[in-house]
Amino acid sequence: MKRRPDGGAIDRTRPIAFRFDGRLLTAFAGDTLASALLANGIAALGRSVTAGRPRGVMSAGLEEAHAFVQLGIGAESEPLVRATGVEVFDGLSAEGRITKGVLPGVPETARFEKRFAHCDVLVIGGGPAGLSAATTAAAGGARVILAETGSRLGGALLRDQEQMDGHPAAEWIAAAGLALRRQPEVRIMLRTTAMISLDQNGVVLVERVSGHLPATERTGLPDRRLWQVRAREIVLATGALERPLVFPDNDRPGVMLAAAVRTYLHQFALRPDRTVVFTTNDDAYRTALDLVAAGGTVAAVVDVRPGPAGDLPAAARAAGITIIDEAEVTGTEAGPDGVLSGVVISHDGAARMIPCDVLAVSGGWDPAIDLIHQVRAPTRWDDGIGAFVPVPGPGGRQVVGAASGALTLHAAVTSGHAAGVEAARRTGFETVAGPVPAVRLWREEAPRLVTRVPAPDGDESRSFVDLHRDVTVAGVLRATGAGIQSVEHLKRYTLTGTGVEQGRTAKVNAAAVAHTAIGLPPGGTTSSARPPIEPISFGTMAGRATGPRFDPVRTPPAHDAQAAAGAVFETVGQWQRARYFPTPGEALAEAVVRECRAVRTGVGIMDASTLGKIDVQGPDAAEFLERLYMNRVANLKPGRARYAAMAHLDGSLFDDGVIMRLAADRFFVTTSTSHAGPVMDWMEEWLQTEWPGLKVWLTSITEQWTTLAVAGPSARTVLEAAGTDLDLSREAFPFMAVRTGRVGGFDAQVARVSFSGELAFEVSVPGYDGAALWAALVAAGAGQGITPYGLEALSVLRAEKGYLIVGQDTEPDTTASDAGLGWMIKADRDYIGKRALGRRDFQRPDRYQVVGFRADGPVMEGSQLVSDPSGARPIPIAGSVSTSHWSGALGVHFGLARVKGGRARIGETLQAHDGARSVPVVLADPVLYDREGLRRDG
Amino acid sequence: MAIAPTGPGRPVALTSGSLSLASDGPVHPNEHAGHNPDFLWRNPEPRAAYDVVIVGGGLHGLSTAYHLAARHGITNVAVVERAWLGNGNAVRNTTVIRSNYLRDESAALYEHCLTLWETFAEALDYDILFSQRGILQLEHHRSEVRDGHRRIASNLLNGIDAEWLDLDDLARFCPILNLSPDVRYPVRGAALQRRGGIARHDAVVFALARAANRLGVDLIQNCEVTGFEKVGDRVTGVITTRGRIGAGRVGIVGAGRTPLLAAMAGFEVPIQSSPLQALVSEIVEPVLPCVIMSSAVHVYISQAHKGELVMGAGRDPYTSYAQRGSFHVLEDQMAAVLELFPIFSRIHLLRTWAGIVDVSPDASPIIGTTPIRELFVNCGWGTGGFKATPGAGWLLAHTIATGTPHALNAPFSLERFETGALIDEHGAAAVAH
Repeated sequence: MKRRPDGGAIDRTRPIAFRFDGRLLTAFAGDTLASALLANGIAALGRSVTAGRPRGVMSAGLEEAHAFVQLGIGAESEPLVRATGVEVFDGLSAEGRITKGVLPGVPETARFEKRFAHCDVLVIGGGPAGLSAATTAAAGGARVILAETGSRLGGALLRDQEQMDGHPAAEWIAAAGLALRRQPEVRIMLRTTAMISLDQNGVVLVERVSGHLPATERTGLPDRRLWQVRAREIVLATGALERPLVFPDNDRPGVMLAAAVRTYLHQFALRPDRTVVFTTNDDAYRTALDLVAAGGTVAAVVDVRPGPAGDLPAAARAAGITIIDEAEVTGTEAGPDGVLSGVVISHDGAARMIPCDVLAVSGGWDPAIDLIHQVRAPTRWDDGIGAFVPVPGPGGRQVVGAASGALTLHAAVTSGHAAGVEAARRTGFETVAGPVPAVRLWREEAPRLVTRVPAPDGDESRSFVDLHRDVTVAGVLRATGAGIQSVEHLKRYTLTGTGVEQGRTAKVNAAAVAHTAIGLPPGGTTSSARPPIEPISFGTMAGRATGPRFDPVRTPPAHDAQAAAGAVFETVGQWQRARYFPTPGEALAEAVVRECRAVRTGVGIMDASTLGKIDVQGPDAAEFLERLYMNRVANLKPGRARYAAMAHLDGSLFDDGVIMRLAADRFFVTTSTSHAGPVMDWMEEWLQTEWPGLKVWLTSITEQWTTLAVAGPSARTVLEAAGTDLDLSREAFPFMAVRTGRVGGFDAQVARVSFSGELAFEVSVPGYDGAALWAALVAAGAGQGITPYGLEALSVLRAEKGYLIVGQDTEPDTTASDAGLGWMIKADRDYIGKRALGRRDFQRPDRYQVVGFRADGPVMEGSQLVSDPSGARPIPIAGSVSTSHWSGALGVHFGLARVKGGRARIGETLQAHDGARSVPVVLADPVLYDREGLRRDG
Repeated sequence: MAIAPTGPGRPVALTSGSLSLASDGPVHPNEHAGHNPDFLWRNPEPRAAYDVVIVGGGLHGLSTAYHLAARHGITNVAVVERAWLGNGNAVRNTTVIRSNYLRDESAALYEHCLTLWETFAEALDYDILFSQRGILQLEHHRSEVRDGHRRIASNLLNGIDAEWLDLDDLARFCPILNLSPDVRYPVRGAALQRRGGIARHDAVVFALARAANRLGVDLIQNCEVTGFEKVGDRVTGVITTRGRIGAGRVGIVGAGRTPLLAAMAGFEVPIQSSPLQALVSEIVEPVLPCVIMSSAVHVYISQAHKGELVMGAGRDPYTSYAQRGSFHVLEDQMAAVLELFPIFSRIHLLRTWAGIVDVSPDASPIIGTTPIRELFVNCGWGTGGFKATPGAGWLLAHTIATGTPHALNAPFSLERFETGALIDEHGAAAVAH
């Protein structure tokens, strides 16, 4: 192909410099990378995957099977980008890598964004059908989104020289586009591809925002934008894709789809010197006619049909074009560079060679309906056009124009027009639609389905069915010979359709070859199209959820105050929590001993705000909680709190926490930090799906409250020093009581609960008072040496008391009994998990039970407990260590473990094996400190 | 035999600003369809009756039929499949193979499977591209590090290879993994099973089907079971869309559809079926030398022999038989991949799909007898059935042939949900069940 001096939609006043395979080349604004390569005489841009044969541009659009490139350099180097969809820009760099990409060695620099949109009518495709539909739908005021994958509106009209209302189609496109842009409720999205169909009329679009611009013009813009659109009505106007023909050596650079040749001629002013057209239908005659009109030579139109007599063949004859009917191309020839130099034509039993530089082929048209395949909408084989067409489905979606199988321009504008009216009507808009544009209705004859031209010599190992994956007729026949009958097995045996273009142009031919071989009609089925329509980069999918934005960072309100106190933070789920508060130069172990000592002998303060908090209200709140928790709740008096646990349906422990009854119909329920979300979901699921009759309202208030624990023998003194109107005496404010009052100048809810075993008050205030309350309590405690303590010290303190953490010290199948909480299980009433707890194996004495242990040396958490680690594998495992610490208070290494039949084995010595070393441990009661519980009252 | 694209510790070559482990060169035959044989299977009409009918032509069904014929000499066997062989999770999974499970019962079961994998290509006389390239479970949180150490210690005591990799080890083992501390959830280390890896799922389907066919098994496709014929509490045949087929014994190997089949047969299985999505990228030069799993950011990824990156993540939270999932799950998965491999930003999601996973209450499978005499069941593999293909078929075949479960699958009985003798593996899967 050569560039002509005039014509086309390129801007010759704006030359573009770009690089391909390192060579500096020029093009014009308006070129695609594919047209730019053709204009530069680059017919072959890479070699095929298995056969290693040279391959060149074969289409001008989505049908492309060869022209894939590694686009860009450095961080923005992108593998396997379709050259027919890339607009050239100054500085573009690409390499011909048509089957296998490479990774950039450096991280991404561009930005990818996401948007969500709703509309009345989503029109997919900006060709004649889509434009007609959008225009009529919008006329009544419907909110319309029109998504067009190309950089311009027009679709098939950009390649076909049609008249509309007596004027060139370009004028109609421009007028329609202008009219739509003037409508306030219409959004036209160019360079936007509908990628994935979702249920309930959802569509994922990818908008190419700035990747087509020179780097200097991209500033501030995202590279791409991923849209999720929910439309009340969808009009699918995605057109049809031209199908190649299968014959020996049909893969050479220079063999192109017939309509694509027109696109290159009209859009990019590229014209072959000498063309042969090979067709099964009338449409390809347009290519011959247009080439001749542009001064090109068409050596012949080879038509498989006898005596084609439609308007287009007649026009071709009138233009002096040679038509060879009932003929086939049975081979091609190439020069030393592998590029097409001629075709072999078989006609009337004789073969002859015709020199040419382009062979324009058309095996018919496949409606582009992968989007509806994705949602498993039915399609059927249409013998009339020899292709799969959509079956009209239920409301919400219409398929129009060529996508529906009606391939003429007349059908496109009439069906688009009607669908626009219907979509508007269905969404409640009366449309006063304008007239359907008048177009010529060409008399076209039926195509003939030819999915394979047999090789004259019987060697079909160079007749390519899947041009991208190098699958040949011989390969398909080998598969059917092996016993394969399903197109899905064919795909997996031959790899047909597994390329980057998902075998878009290969599937019908491959299935037809296979079906014919096993005696079935050519239609039947094709392998399923899987989303997306075109590859979507990972970066586009991730959007801005990368790096620090991957997951939200949650901090409690008093976070900064703790940071100021020297906290070392730790990521726990999404939360940042204080792990310990080292003094200058102090190591973790030293800090933990100091913080524990403060709580055991003086007073400490910690932020417990990450614990989940749920406000449960309503006349049935107590009944609701009784069904969910193993404990009694109904008999809990207002102003009292209870340690409680809930089970899964299978009886295993789900979570524990404290239920505080604030009033007859109101509870303040806490959960562990990690279960805050799951417990809330669990409650909502049961309330909404199983017990909708209960009058209960649930509100997550985890982030709305700050809870500070003041723990230690001097806790009472600190609260009094902070100023409170509550009577904190043992008698007035006993253990597991909850009160509301003033603390340190703030309205607070105070609970006497303790996770350390010491006298403790948990003071809860609205989040906005949290930081100030921290400051007030620290100031009030100065005289008592109040010491901030973190998670590490808390874990030591709670483990010394044998308090477990559900999820750390329990397994997913640990029951309350296994955990030593059997006292919670009430036999006299029903609750979730109760029935499962009655199962036989749940009563076995050798279940894994939570026990304590002591050791002479440090024990790694996760160590396995065995009697003797030295024998031959496998060695029976007796249990595992879930918590392990040094206790400053007791002067011993200790921890918690799950051990088979553990409670009966207290006193026994086992080996804690970490994979390399073993440490002897002595099993013990889990409560190692203050077994009598004398310290909690201070 | 296939090899991993690169071995542990092999440096990544930087060529012209791009990462690549291999230059252009001759095409390895295994990069394509492998060495698919000239003949796979007959397509017979169903006979009136068989000694054993296996319902479900997925990998486990084919494996059961193969092992019935190969190990027990029972060759008068039909596999009836409602669509095409392997059309369910066989071709929808991410082909991860490992045996580093936590519970003794599971460790024994999956280690049995892995041991069979190690000789499976030879046994089946088929290059299934089994590649023991190593599987890493990344640990990001301190709690995960504890669990990782626990898993390693437990695996070693069970005779299963396992080791801990610290950050330096990891940098050598998988050079492109992002080990920066400046990410949301920095990697702290990883548990490695070197004997873990992948195989080519399609090849395993072809291999098992061909081997079963060779031994006389009838593979009957497009044959949906619509009912079971019983005399008293004993099954005597299956009713199919291609007519009645008599059967001495029947094995239901229906994965996510097992509850439907069990209901037809008159018993219940405690299975919840829901969609699990997976995806592949386009083909890129070898960059990822191992299998990577991360629970914290929630994704698992490997690079297939052809060069696609293969990924999976969490299952959709609702119960469904529709083989498609929610878009946001894919978005989260892609973000997770970029946390681990920021340089994958311009790689593309090429194809995505969903399979239906059959999850039991304790996230362990069910292999054994049913309340119906002569009727056996294998299901509940959830997200992890591919790795069990050889062993699951081996064990179900043993159970069908002898009428009694093998010691390895005896704990995995259907009755355990009534007795409470659960084998809880919720913590073992990469996917949150």
